[in-house]
Amino acid sequence: MSYASSFYFTMPEIILAVAGLALLMVAAFAGKSSARLVTILAVAALFGAGIFTTHLLIDPAYSLGGDAFSGVYRMDAFGGFTKLLVYLATIGCLIVTPRFFGPSGEYRPEYPVLMLFGAVGMGMMVSAVDLMTLYIGLELSSLASYVLASFARNDDRSAEAGLKYFVLGALASGILLYGMSLVYGFTGATDYLSIRAAMDGGLSGGLLFGIVFVLAGLAFKIAAVPFHMWTPDVYEGAPTPVTAFFATAPKVAAVAILMRIALDPFGPEIGSWRQIVIFAALASIVVGALGAIGQENLKRLLAYSSINNIGFILIGLAAGTQEGAGAMLVYLTFYVAMTLGSFVAVLMLRDRDGNQVEKLSDIAGLSRSHGALALCLAAMMFSLAGIPPLMGFWGKFVVFQAAVNADLILLAALGIAASVIGAFYYLKVIKVMYFDAPAEVVEGKSDMAHWSVLALTTLFVSPLGFLLTLWLGDWADRAAAALFFAA
Amino acid sequence: MIGIEHYIVVSAILFVLGVLGIFLNRKNIIVILMAIELILLAVNINLVAFSAFLNDLVGQVFAMFVLTVAAGEAAIGLAILVVYFRGRGSIAVDDPSRMKG
Repeated sequence: MSYASSFYFTMPEIILAVAGLALLMVAAFAGKSSARLVTILAVAALFGAGIFTTHLLIDPAYSLGGDAFSGVYRMDAFGGFTKLLVYLATIGCLIVTPRFFGPSGEYRPEYPVLMLFGAVGMGMMVSAVDLMTLYIGLELSSLASYVLASFARNDDRSAEAGLKYFVLGALASGILLYGMSLVYGFTGATDYLSIRAAMDGGLSGGLLFGIVFVLAGLAFKIAAVPFHMWTPDVYEGAPTPVTAFFATAPKVAAVAILMRIALDPFGPEIGSWRQIVIFAALASIVVGALGAIGQENLKRLLAYSSINNIGFILIGLAAGTQEGAGAMLVYLTFYVAMTLGSFVAVLMLRDRDGNQVEKLSDIAGLSRSHGALALCLAAMMFSLAGIPPLMGFWGKFVVFQAAVNADLILLAALGIAASVIGAFYYLKVIKVMYFDAPAEVVEGKSDMAHWSVLALTTLFVSPLGFLLTLWLGDWADRAAAALFFAA
Repeated sequence: MIGIEHYIVVSAILFVLGVLGIFLNRKNIIVILMAIELILLAVNINLVAFSAFLNDLVGQVFAMFVLTVAAGEAAIGLAILVVYFRGRGSIAVDDPSRMKG
């Protein structure tokens, strides 16, 4: 494999990394006033990387993958699909941010640069086919995330969120890394191909330990129960656009590497990890649903909602089939749209003095003062609850279908039963907005950037989104096929 | 004769000490940062021991990457700690949280 083709396959990451470094220089020399310019250029760089990824994705010659840099990195339909999702989520979070910080002067040009580096790391993660590349990508995106969480330096809660995220994130990386070292020791290799070949020959005790540690470390990153305890605090404390980012892009990337590592190198040993995934899936659904019920803070509520959703996504992984992988990708796409939309709706809530409104009781009667906003938020909630005409239902449907076809009927039944509990608090939000006496706290002025993201995501989860499902289903199938082609 | 088992046991002990250091520590957050370094050191011992045992250089290359990332991680951890300390004048673990949950 020549260097030219290696650079060609890694071009999206190269574009973003070079743009990030150049913009860092702009930020350093032009200072705070360049924040808006840097944001626009960062969005342009993400668009450029996205277009290049699409180009690689629709080129039939590469859809089943091309290895780069002697097999530590692979460009395939799976990596391309998840990369596109990551870039879109990052763009969405980036364009709503400048207005969020507003005139307080807290917005600085480092912010878009950190997001770019995070996107580079996530792109590396999802394309990694070697434990080393995986680790470097994961750390690159995590280190950017820790800083972003504590970005509002004058807010105590933000610093606390950053610290908690850092400590638990570093612990998760440590656990993952310990697992990787055991896998390396007992298989003698770090690239997926050799690990898979070694695993075909049977499982030793040390290797099983390694698999469990790797899965536990990744469960931390995707906030699956029992490793979810950092999520509500971090999501509440971090500035809202950063929370929207955490709930979308890094989660997509972490789920993607979990899929790749579980189905490719650990694929032959599905019998030994399936039980763990089933437990994590059911526990996440139940804990996410029950934990959200008593929450007064909207961001905490959405944090539990994301734990809940990860449970449904893991059901697709438990199936362990190509259909399950495709279903996970479809679910992830809708999850990104719903989560991004909900968080953008929450960050548009402002009181008379321009402060953030985050309490559930404060949005009582929102439908009377802000009809359109309430409608969009209600659509997101219905979709998250999985009510049929909206696209959230479609995501849940394909995941459960994959589970049933893989003979996990009990798992699917329990999942559906538990999703009813989850519907309770989603509907509670709608009830508070539409039927409670107005609290008249929310004053906020509308903003074009916020409205455009919210309107796009609402359109996507609305029945109109069905127009996209053919195209989406096709791409998700091709991505899943690429995952299993390698395996 | 010291074999590969001894290295694995030492690294397992260090790893457990690091994890316990994060969860049982009642003093301050610097100790948590030290515990994280301990975990990464346990990983490095594992990687280098396996690398020597398997006669394969990949493990040592991986250990170099881990060392580098650990340095960056410590720098970012300390920076966040400084922001945290400025906000509330204390880095005690027992300091009540500003968020309920």
